[in-house]
Amino acid sequence: MTWVNAIVQGILLGGLYALFACGLSLMFGVMRIINLAHGDIAVLGAFLVWSLTTRTGIGPFWALIPALPVMLVLGYLLHRTVLARSLRGGPLTPLLTTFGLAIVIQNALLQAYNPDVRSLGGAAGGIATGSWRITDQLSLSYLGVLILATAVLVLGGLQVMLRRTAFGREMRATAQDADTATLVGVPASSVYARATAIAVATATLAGVFLAVRSIFDASSGPTQLIFAFEAVVIGGLGSLWGTLWGGMVLGVAQTIGATIDPQYSILAGHLVFLIVLASPHGRSLVALRREGRAA
Amino acid sequence: MSDRWTVKRSGRATRISSGVFVLIGIALFAVPLGFRADVVQQLTTLCTLLIMAVMWNVLAGYGGLVSVGQQAFIGFGAYGTVFIAQLGVPAYLAVVLAALASAVLAVALAPLLLRLRGGQFAVGTWVVAEALALLVALDHDLGGGTGVSLRGLNTFPPDWRRAYTYWLTLAFTVLLLVLVFLLLRRRSGAAIQAIRDDEEAAASLGVRIMPLKFMLFVLAGFGCGAAGALTLANTLFIQPQSIFGVQWSAYMLFMVLVGGIGTYEGPILGAILFFLLQDWFAQYGAWYLIGLGAVAIAFALFLPRGLWSLADDRLPFRLLPVGYTLRPAG
Amino acid sequence: MTLLRAENVFARHGLLPAVRDVSFGIAEGEVLALIGANGAGKTTLLRTLAGAHPLAGGRIVYDESDLAGVRADQRVRRGIAYVPEGRRLFPELTVEENLLVAGRRARPGPWNLTTVLAAFPALGPLRDRLASRLSGGQQQATAIARALMTNPRLLLIDEVSLGLSPKAVEEVYACMTVLRDSGATVVLVEQDLGRALSTSDRVVCLLEGRIVLDAKTDGLSREEVVTAYFGFHQARRS
Repeated sequence: MTWVNAIVQGILLGGLYALFACGLSLMFGVMRIINLAHGDIAVLGAFLVWSLTTRTGIGPFWALIPALPVMLVLGYLLHRTVLARSLRGGPLTPLLTTFGLAIVIQNALLQAYNPDVRSLGGAAGGIATGSWRITDQLSLSYLGVLILATAVLVLGGLQVMLRRTAFGREMRATAQDADTATLVGVPASSVYARATAIAVATATLAGVFLAVRSIFDASSGPTQLIFAFEAVVIGGLGSLWGTLWGGMVLGVAQTIGATIDPQYSILAGHLVFLIVLASPHGRSLVALRREGRAA
Repeated sequence: MSDRWTVKRSGRATRISSGVFVLIGIALFAVPLGFRADVVQQLTTLCTLLIMAVMWNVLAGYGGLVSVGQQAFIGFGAYGTVFIAQLGVPAYLAVVLAALASAVLAVALAPLLLRLRGGQFAVGTWVVAEALALLVALDHDLGGGTGVSLRGLNTFPPDWRRAYTYWLTLAFTVLLLVLVFLLLRRRSGAAIQAIRDDEEAAASLGVRIMPLKFMLFVLAGFGCGAAGALTLANTLFIQPQSIFGVQWSAYMLFMVLVGGIGTYEGPILGAILFFLLQDWFAQYGAWYLIGLGAVAIAFALFLPRGLWSLADDRLPFRLLPVGYTLRPAG
Repeated sequence: MTLLRAENVFARHGLLPAVRDVSFGIAEGEVLALIGANGAGKTTLLRTLAGAHPLAGGRIVYDESDLAGVRADQRVRRGIAYVPEGRRLFPELTVEENLLVAGRRARPGPWNLTTVLAAFPALGPLRDRLASRLSGGQQQATAIARALMTNPRLLLIDEVSLGLSPKAVEEVYACMTVLRDSGATVVLVEQDLGRALSTSDRVVCLLEGRIVLDAKTDGLSREEVVTAYFGFHQARRS
């Protein structure tokens, strides 16, 4: 039965990874950038909510209400000031810029807050600790279900936005052929900036959930970036629902690894990622990227 | 105007400057005989940084492969040294063997990683580094999470130990610089620069990209492995989190970007600069790293060719004979 | 009234000059054929007019104002629409979505989804088909329809009949007649000299980036065109 419990917990964990991954996936899909600062931005969002919660006493989920718009604007500005310029510089520049950004954000957080580990779990109250007992060995935490539900809602919302709204159409058009998109009047820079804003907002959501679920500190970013990236690759680049699937596979790999030995959990995730990469599936999805846009 | 031209590898000025470099190289070997031990140790650190910068440039500047995971090889070289030394091999021999083992690791990883492009390659290499760090931390013989030291070096008196470490480091530095020089100078050099400038165009001209990238990747693995092993020999103690840490990539990125990506002299300049900055500012902790990151971003956006490009554009000759020049015949 | 004037336009591909010292004007309502051998600079010239390629020298004056610094998407909103060589539809969008994307920021005007589909009846049943699943002729019709959704005053069409079957070319040129009759200003790049001359009011021929012929098609002999096309003669203007 512990195996079943491990799988269930892995699926719930997958919801969190999917939330981290969808912003990364969106930016990659639209702009072909892997934002190496994505994890650190999520942690920045968590710290923002932390500050709001500790200063005003409101719960972390309530604090999201003012925090999300702030992060949306931050994401938009981030693109307008730094990322837009780096896109013009060639394929290396965005990687170098976002990596530099990651270093800056991490250390700025370290400087602004101290290196102590902290958590928002306490401030979140009952939701962070309660769970449904299904059997003696299987329980579903309220928080886990909430995170998974949020992930599904966010991914669903993004799909609807992309498929049915005019703004989403512009984003898809720009993702498929940015050059031609400008030739039909779509302002590419504006589309990119909005995609970045959305990615930053989803990252914030993910960061706060991470903070409630467990502990975090200024250097938690890179680990989350790696998990997000693994989820995206396992699920298939360019597919939004794929990130949910990829997140769950990663989560299950980690929880099953933990069942064998707690020290193996993250390693198990890395191994599954590397196996997917080495497999024909991995080869084909990388080939998809290489092909680029159709004429 | 003469009717005939010949293609030469270097002019007189270039030959003179190359000669100066060789002399400097020879002089550096004499340092431990005249200077204090801590100067020797500092120079060793500088050389290991230089190796890392040159290797990262080989990947990113010549191969177009931005790696954020070379620390995998740095850590592998360091822990490889410990592992081999524990088998009874003399410490310095273990360093050399560990460097070679890192090259073998690169050969093994190449089929997996080289099919990735751009950001995927970057994060892919990082995942490998993280996985290796976790694997090492699980091994108690290798010290687990708390770290391990290279005991074999304790048999030497400290001053001599530092001198031997320095000489070995310098030897590796010279070896790698010579290897990269040869790489650029022979036919592969033009191919490499073609790939760097436009991979698709190069492929359409028949440049075989994969074997070249493979070569660059293995060389970088060898060099970073050596740097890691030498770092261990220099500092004597390592821990998985720090030797496999992504900050090494941050340092390499900074050195190469600020020095001049895609050039021979750029990484050397960047390493010297970084070494000095480390020495002066590392005490400021997080602020120092923020500054480092901000400077890297600024260079990426505004001076992408690095500081060396400022000098290179103004020098009428190349410092080293890696290019081709057209001269009148006769 | 001159809608667009190119004055001493230069454009490059890297270091190679593609368009050299090109000057000409287009009057409102005129249909101009831009011809020339492969590599003569026709596509580069059109892309430079549309803002998709950087101007290396000279001026482009549209509606009496200089287009320097005006981005491609801004030019679309001012009324310059460009149908790229190779159609370049958004492959994973349906025909309708391709049209709607262009229509979102369109200038006010007669063209919208309904009127465009009425003008191109062949596209109606294809609304929900992915652009990557269309035939060459259908793609060309969609590409032109997409450009029309922006309500352009000046339409630049690159390589109208390239890669199309004879039947598809007929269909596309039927659209041309519709456009022409509606008073649109069109610059079309066409390899088929016969079509180009019969559809247009004026012809401009490029050779190695320079204009070698700029004349009304009325009364122009085929020999004169062929001579200019292959560069047997000096430039001639009338």
